This record gives sequence, structure tokens and C-alpha cells, in this order.
Amino acid sequence: MIQSDLNIILPEIVIAVYAMLALLGAVYTGKDKMAGMLVWLTAALFVAMAFWIGATGDGQNLAFGGMFVEDDFSRFAKIMVLLAGAAILLMSQEYMTRMGTLRFEYPILIALGTVGMMTMVSANDLMTLYMGLELQSLSLYILASMRRESVKSTEAGLKYFVLGALASGILLYGASLTYGYAGTTNFAGIIASAEGQAPVGLLLGMVMVMIGLAFKVSAVPFHMWTPDVYEGSPTPVTAYFATAPKVAAMALLARTLHDAFGGVVGDWQQILAVLSVLSMFLGSIAAIGQRDIKRMMAYSTIGHMGFALMGLASGGSFGVQAMLIYMAIYVAMDIGAFTFILTMHRDGQPVTEISSLNNYANSHPTRALAMLILMFSLAGVPPFLGFFGKLYVLRAAYDGGLAWLAVAGVIASVIGAYYYLRIVYLMYFGAEGETLDAPRSPVLWGILMASAAVMVIGVINLFGIEGMAQAAAATLVN
Amino acid sequence: MIGLEHYLAVAAALFVIGIFGLFLNRKNVIILLMSIELMLLAVNINLVAFSSYAGDLVGQVFTLFILTVAAAEAAIGLAILVCFFRNRGTIAVEDVNVMKG
Repeated sequence: MIQSDLNIILPEIVIAVYAMLALLGAVYTGKDKMAGMLVWLTAALFVAMAFWIGATGDGQNLAFGGMFVEDDFSRFAKIMVLLAGAAILLMSQEYMTRMGTLRFEYPILIALGTVGMMTMVSANDLMTLYMGLELQSLSLYILASMRRESVKSTEAGLKYFVLGALASGILLYGASLTYGYAGTTNFAGIIASAEGQAPVGLLLGMVMVMIGLAFKVSAVPFHMWTPDVYEGSPTPVTAYFATAPKVAAMALLARTLHDAFGGVVGDWQQILAVLSVLSMFLGSIAAIGQRDIKRMMAYSTIGHMGFALMGLASGGSFGVQAMLIYMAIYVAMDIGAFTFILTMHRDGQPVTEISSLNNYANSHPTRALAMLILMFSLAGVPPFLGFFGKLYVLRAAYDGGLAWLAVAGVIASVIGAYYYLRIVYLMYFGAEGETLDAPRSPVLWGILMASAAVMVIGVINLFGIEGMAQAAAATLVN
Repeated sequence: MIGLEHYLAVAAALFVIGIFGLFLNRKNVIILLMSIELMLLAVNINLVAFSSYAGDLVGQVFTLFILTVAAAEAAIGLAILVCFFRNRGTIAVEDVNVMKG
């Protein structure tokens, strides 16, 4: 019994044990001198685990009395989280070494946060949900304030901590109400008790759990921490915030809504539709006035989360599939865009003003072309991959009977295109000015080019993720 | 006779006080940490009350998890606060304003 349970959570155990051994090992040996090696080791472990989960996983397995579930959906999300984490680690290494801010705790905290995310996407019980979410959040609070001598970084950490703890509190209160009215914390038990007419207390609990998770995916009106935390955190950490935790939180939201509250789809559909339309419009409009590219990316994230929520709001299996595809494409685009931001330097100092990109294409034509592809893709311009992500969620919304939401999505994406295209405009037709340093890192160059290439080549068959996302969605919605 | 609803009312009151403490307090970040703790304890009262009312132990197990995580959360919050104080020399809430959001 216990043996088969442990086999199911073996990937999580391996990463958790690795993190603790790495912590001990680094403390007793070279400390920060070990950091570079640990980054590579952690990234390699993530990739190995992703392949392991992809190759060996099969069917639906329940562990620990139904508290933890491993199925196609959780495997899809776990592989995404692990690969995004590995890419972010490789991106960070070069940047942080040059800035002298690479500490050995950094890869270890990312590993622990990843264990939290893997637990989140496999949660089948309110307790597992909470433990996974907190393990992830606590690691992220520390990562945000990683540069402890910087005012901005510690302030970002403090703001993230206070608002994140508020979100956890609201989520927990909702969980306690759900437990009280359903009589169980298990998702299967909750859905059985909510069949047909759900008691008001259960609905209130569901709404509060949704608010807590909306904080984590930074959906409007629970987004206020996002721009400040994105601006203040070290840039590689910002890149991490924008990718893996968003995937995990979105997957957790999908699982909670379908597995635990699948009996009251009509009730949560309207809440998600409102969150989605608000996020898309705020993300598009507020980003226009930003001068800092990290703040702009924060609003861009909010807008993209609105689109992913649109897929979820449509309620059906195709909606979940569209959301998963959208998130996969979004993560690939954002890794590329943040890699570009990491290469923005002048006189050895990182710059984040958008205006510093003036006339960038003249001095670095290849990089400017890659960024052009990524920006067009983020805006959803047709020949690139980002367009297909949008197409999927719009179709899901239309099929789900939310045609007004699809129309609002199209309008929001047209408004949003303005600020993405402004960057392209500045790079190609901006005024002559001081140029940025020529970046020399081959790793960053490789990731940027790979991400841009994915945006172009992926349009052929989306690398086959469509079928995997469909299988994942089918296990969730039945 | 004190019934389930009395416990729920106390928990709801504590939870609301915690939320108001977060938003109305303009003085000290430590008070924010206390408000967060208050919210989590309100949830614990809720869970224990439901658990004892339904004769089901799961709620109390959940409470133990929350207590443990709350301790870790407070430790991390205080650690970030100490770093912030070293940089700014103040922990007043209105001074957490280098970035406007």
C-alpha cells in the first residue's frame, strides 16, 4: 500500500530530497562557489524528471487515500512546469554571475518551489492543495527578495508576502466553509455533495477558493501586486514568476473547478467570464503607459491570464484543452521575451527602460528580428504561434455559448497589440541614441533564438501538444 | 448552550477583523503580520468547530497543517521584514512606496 503510494509521488520525492542534500552539501563545502554547478545540476534534474514523467506515466493513479492524483492532466502540467523551470535556471546563471548575485540558495529555492507546483497540479484534496500552494508561495516570497541589499527587491518581497498571505487566508476560509458544508475535504466527496442544488455555504466557499487562486494567477481585480513585484524582483526571478507558477496555479484552478465544483459549472462560469474580461482589458490598456519593460511584461501577463481564463470559463473539455495549449504557448513566448530583457545592458549595468531599445535593430539585427517575432506572437499576429493560442481560446468561448466574451477578447487583443508593436517600432524606426552593449552569452542567444524559432516552426503542428492537451482535458472533464 | 453557529460567528468576526487590520493599518508592518495570523486562526476555529460538529477528524488534521505552515510563513515574513528594515531604516506601512502600483 505505502509502497505504491510512494511510487506515485517518486518524482516529487526525488526533487525534494535533492534540494535538501544540495542545501547541506553547499553549506558544508563551497557555499556560493557551488552555485553555478548547482544551477546546471538542478536544470538537468528537472529535464530528466520531465522525461521520466512523460515516459513512464500511465493512466490515473490515486495515492494516500485519494489525496494525490497522477493523471494525464497533472503529467502535462508537471512537464510544463519542469521544463519552464529548467529554461529559467539556464537563463539566470549567466546573468546572475555577471551581476554577482548568484547565490547557491537560488536553484534550491526554485527546486522546492517546483515541488510545491507539482503537488498543486496533483492535488485531489483541499489539504494537498493548501500544502502545495504554500510550499510554492513561500519559496517565491524568498526568491522575490533574493537581492537582500536592494530596496526594490526587499520591498517587492514584502508586498508579495503580505498580499500572498492575504490570498492564502481567503482561500483557507473558503476551504473551511467547503469542508463544513460538504463534510469532507476530498474533491470526489465535494463534487458528490454539490450534485444538483448546492448549499449556499458551499458556493461561498467555492467563491473564496476561487478568489485565492485568482490572486495567484494575477487576474483582475486581484492583480495589484503583480506590477510592483515584477519590477522589484531580480529579472530572472521575474521571468520565473511569469511562467511556471502561472501554469501551476491555472492548472490547479482548472482541477479544483472541474473535480471539486464540477456540479455547479454554471455558477463559476460567470465569475470566470468576468475575471477574464477585466484581466484582458486592464492588461491591454494599463500596459500602454508603461516605461519600464518589466512592468509592461507584468501587464502583459495579466492580459494573457485573461485569455487563458476565457478558455476555462467556457466550461467544457475543449475549454480546458484550449487553456492548456494557450499556457504552453504563452510560457514558450515569455521565456523568449525575458531572455531578451536579460540581455539588455548598457555599460555593464542592466537597463529596463523601453526607450533604451531605440534603433536596436541597427546594431543587433538578428536579436531584433527574434524579438520582433516574439512580440508579434505575444500580440497574436496571424503567422506566429501566439495567434493559434488565441484562436483556440476564442473558439472554446464561442462553442461554450460565450460569444460576447470572444468578441471582447478580440477587441482587447487589438488594443494590446499597440504596446507590443511599439517595441518593434522603437527597435526598427526609433531615434538614434546610445546603443546597448553587445551581449556575449551563447546560452541566452540560444534560448532567444530557440524561442523565436518555436514561434515560427510550431505553426506546422504545434509540436503535437494538441493531442496531449486533449487527453489531459479529457481526464479532467467527464 | 453554545452551538456551531456561535463558533462560526466568532471565526467570521476574527477573519473580518484580520482583513480590516490589513487594509486600515497605516502604521506598522508588524501589525500586518499579526492580522494575517488572526485570519489563519479564524480559519482554524472554523475547521475545529465543523470537525467537532460533524464528528470527523479531518478538520482537525487540517488545522495542524495550517498551524505548521503559519509558523513557517511568519518566519519568512519576519525575515523579509528584517531585510527591508536594514535597507530603509523604517517599517512604517506608508514607507513601503519605492514602486507605485
